[in-house]
Amino acid sequence: MLNPEKCISCRTCELACSFKHEREFRPTAARVNVLQFEKEGISIPLMCLQCDNAACEKVCPSGALKRNEVTGAMVVDDAKCIRCKMCVQACPFGNIAYDPAKRCILRCDLCDGDPQCAKFCPFGAITYVEANSGTLAKKRAYAAKMKEALQEVTK
Amino acid sequence: MYGWVGYILRVNLTDGTIKKEALDPVEAKNYIGARGLGTRLWIKECDPLIDPLSPENNLIFMTGPLTGTLATNAGRYNVICKAPLTGAMAASNSGGYWGPELKYAGYDGIIFEGKAEKPVYLWIKDDQVELRSAEHIWGKDVNETTDTLKEETDFDARVACIGPAGENLVKFACIINDYTRAAGRSGVGAVMGSKNLKAVVVRGTGAVKVADPDNFYAALSKARKMVAEHPVTGQGLPAYGTEILINILDQSGGLPVNNFRDSGTFPNADATSGETLAKTYLVRNKGCMGCSIGCGRIVNVPDGPYKGFGEGPEYEAGWSFGADCGVDDLAAIIKANNYCNELGMDPITLGSTIACAFELFEIGAITEKETGFPLGFGNAAAMVELSRQAAYREGFGNEIAEGSYRLASKYGHPELSMTCKKQEMAAYDPRVLQGMGLNYATNNRGGCHVRGYMTSPEILGIPEKLDNLATEGKAGWTKTFQDLTAAVDSSGICLFLTFAIGAPELSEQMTAATGIDFTVEELLKAGERIWNMERLFNITNGFTKKDDTLPPRMLKEPVKVGPAKGNVNRLEEMLPEYYKLRGWDEEGRPTPEKLKELGLQ
Repeated sequence: MLNPEKCISCRTCELACSFKHEREFRPTAARVNVLQFEKEGISIPLMCLQCDNAACEKVCPSGALKRNEVTGAMVVDDAKCIRCKMCVQACPFGNIAYDPAKRCILRCDLCDGDPQCAKFCPFGAITYVEANSGTLAKKRAYAAKMKEALQEVTK
Repeated sequence: MYGWVGYILRVNLTDGTIKKEALDPVEAKNYIGARGLGTRLWIKECDPLIDPLSPENNLIFMTGPLTGTLATNAGRYNVICKAPLTGAMAASNSGGYWGPELKYAGYDGIIFEGKAEKPVYLWIKDDQVELRSAEHIWGKDVNETTDTLKEETDFDARVACIGPAGENLVKFACIINDYTRAAGRSGVGAVMGSKNLKAVVVRGTGAVKVADPDNFYAALSKARKMVAEHPVTGQGLPAYGTEILINILDQSGGLPVNNFRDSGTFPNADATSGETLAKTYLVRNKGCMGCSIGCGRIVNVPDGPYKGFGEGPEYEAGWSFGADCGVDDLAAIIKANNYCNELGMDPITLGSTIACAFELFEIGAITEKETGFPLGFGNAAAMVELSRQAAYREGFGNEIAEGSYRLASKYGHPELSMTCKKQEMAAYDPRVLQGMGLNYATNNRGGCHVRGYMTSPEILGIPEKLDNLATEGKAGWTKTFQDLTAAVDSSGICLFLTFAIGAPELSEQMTAATGIDFTVEELLKAGERIWNMERLFNITNGFTKKDDTLPPRMLKEPVKVGPAKGNVNRLEEMLPEYYKLRGWDEEGRPTPEKLKELGLQ
């Protein structure tokens, strides 16, 4: 789950991601990116959202994109991938990229169930949680605000 | 090479030539990187006796072997040159994203030589490097310069630049990267301005590789855990930033007040504290590349005369514009600090110089005839206006722009400059922190707190609590802190880490990253080598034992109030032992044996 309000713009996730996948530090090869609005002091971490109805999978002509049933991640089979980059174009969020250095598709595979971005994020801007727990957390925060408002008017 | 990317850029601004050179692995091993290696490269190529603002003063940007990796908070680089403020060697340390980006572009550092005929900036996109005209941005502030250069190069590029203060050769001008991160002290921005170099813009798409990924992962994971679990780096600094120190130092009596004249306690200290900032103007926290602390404070003053959005203040600026000027208006402090970011100035020297001017005014050494408006402790409006004027050398700002030593000397009171080797001391009163006094007096770049942070043991009790008013044992502690810090600064990690991790954790990360066996002993030896190299440069420049001292106020005027009332700094009880532990003679000169041991003949 992404909590941009907790992001301090440190890009630790990018370093952890590229280290896990490439064994080197190359933020342009990271599957997660922190989009910085530096003058406003806001930054938003973004990565594959693992859509249930995934445009990348539908558009792939070689059947290289398959869901890992254990982790739920959409994973590229490099052997099947023909590097046509249709998935890069199809993703509405820009969350898939092509790496010209290693000639492969860059997309989040949830690190086989142990996502390093979430592991290293120092302030919980990226967490690895059950799909609906985030929704409930948001509901709870909103409900708490309503509770305060109610207490205010019923004082 | 691993850790280091193995190349440096050499840019001659006089004839416009640009060369890519291999990094010497032996020099890299002996001097590590950033501060150490940059200083070594400067000394090898430049005449130590040159005028700091002459074209012969090479300006070196240098990263460390850990910069740009997942090592604990490794976002840093240094700018090295001969300093216009002090005449000593400047190595100013900055964070942000610029240093890592330079390594991703394939360079450990850049050496600028000579002087451009007209304003230029350097644009680096991996292997493509070119000098471009900067005439259209000359005179612009940091925000506008950074925006413009990102627009005309690459939105994802990182910009290190000077503001008007650097162009106007203000003696304490900074180089600012990523809008708000500063290579802050000693006037490196003025050297950049003297070269007609407005900015260095970099975009890198390459990699930093490490020698032993598995052990590096294990070492950094262990160190990051220690940082997360430590009360200072895991709780205090993230929650309140470095401004958390305001109340702590005030309670110890060590927060200097009104140009150190009225130290002991600042009656409304809490109004300028990190706790108050969090309750008032704080928008959110911010970290540099790979940071797990996030001490940066994004702030917004929504209305009033000091309305504005910016970053900071951190503790030093909160003190220099606050307690040191007798000002307890946090919005005014933020405004002056924003000027420092936008116009490119060091808030420690600026605030302390304004405090000196306030005292000169109060004793009648300067009057409204010189200043144009009344000055005095507590005058927030004057403090803010002088901050702006200094950057443009406008009105009395032209005097402020010279720093407090030249200001106080000009008006007949050099003793009112709170400087060591002409650089202003930081926010720790050396009459209350005896060891910090020894560090200021012996520091190679003059009044400087970050190269021997004795506050850590003397106030915070890290790694153990020392009596801050005692002098016994302080020589040894100061030497160890100075040597370790030289190694830390050179590696590319943030000094704040050393609250939580020590030489063993740095050793593990350095060894796995570089593939070179950097034992704890080797690291401390490298730190000592760097310290002695800087010392030798200073000696060549005419610095002697008499410069290893503190302002007379620190040695003669006791603290008047508070828990440390009655104390002066007892430097004479510490200095001889310090020289001895350093292997220096009684005049503070490294002995031939020591130089041989360090490989510095």
